[in-house]
Amino acid sequence: MLAAIRPTGWDFPLFLHVLGAMILVGGLVVAVAMQLLAWRRRGPADVVAFSRGAFWALLTVALPGWVLMRVGAEWIYSKEGWSGENDPDWFGIGYLAADAGFLVLLVTVLFAGLGVRQVRRSGGGASILARVATPLATILLILYLVAVWAMTAKPD
Amino acid sequence: MSLNDWLLFLHVLSAFILVAAEVLFTFLIAWLWKRDVPSDIARVSGISRFGNVLVGVGAMGVLILGIVLAFAELGRRTGKAYDAAGARARTLVNEGRDEPNPELGAMFRSPAGLVFHLASVAVLLLHLLDMLFKPGA
Repeated sequence: MLAAIRPTGWDFPLFLHVLGAMILVGGLVVAVAMQLLAWRRRGPADVVAFSRGAFWALLTVALPGWVLMRVGAEWIYSKEGWSGENDPDWFGIGYLAADAGFLVLLVTVLFAGLGVRQVRRSGGGASILARVATPLATILLILYLVAVWAMTAKPD
Repeated sequence: MSLNDWLLFLHVLSAFILVAAEVLFTFLIAWLWKRDVPSDIARVSGISRFGNVLVGVGAMGVLILGIVLAFAELGRRTGKAYDAAGARARTLVNEGRDEPNPELGAMFRSPAGLVFHLASVAVLLLHLLDMLFKPGA
């Protein structure tokens, strides 16, 4: 947008921040889709495959995406010269979503990983941990979409 | 929040959906890279259909809302430049000073207003040329 003209020195940190956020959301979309398919499928091989897919999507896509997003966020924050005093509300929403979301993300990865082990050991049976990881990943996805809204619409 | 803010959010959300689709396809390609068992490949066909839906929704949202936002912004900036001149002209008329006014003329010949207006005309013409000539088709 024409209104989004900013010093060129801010462009790269902002690019990293947005790219990381997009990878994070993409990883969560893949993980939730796979977890939902693992719930729906009846065949043991399907359950094992989709549970593993969800775990790897969280570990190799969502988690690195979060790191990139968070590093970019801190970088652009320092570039813009904010100090923590009189920061706009949407900063608070972004920080809350990023930092609280990270704890939930770690727990989700852990549960999904342990769930895969349970599913494999039981030969494709149901795993409570893998199932708990599904609503956690869905909540994270919703949380980060709220953060996207706060970052773009910038409510006062 | 203005309508423009909501449109911008939906535009960015569409971009996120589009990237999510690309992440999904990249993940599936990596996942199936060294597999050749038919059931392994058939298993993910449902997810790739979901990816196609994401591409469609994301691409439509990014393009359509992006064009709407670009034109809205150009229109807003053009209007802003000429509205000031219009307001000044009304003030002068109300004050009974309806004689040639160089300051008012300069406002109407404002480079900012002209640039934004020409930019919106150029973008519109490029769209029209693209639709009619279909380069690469």
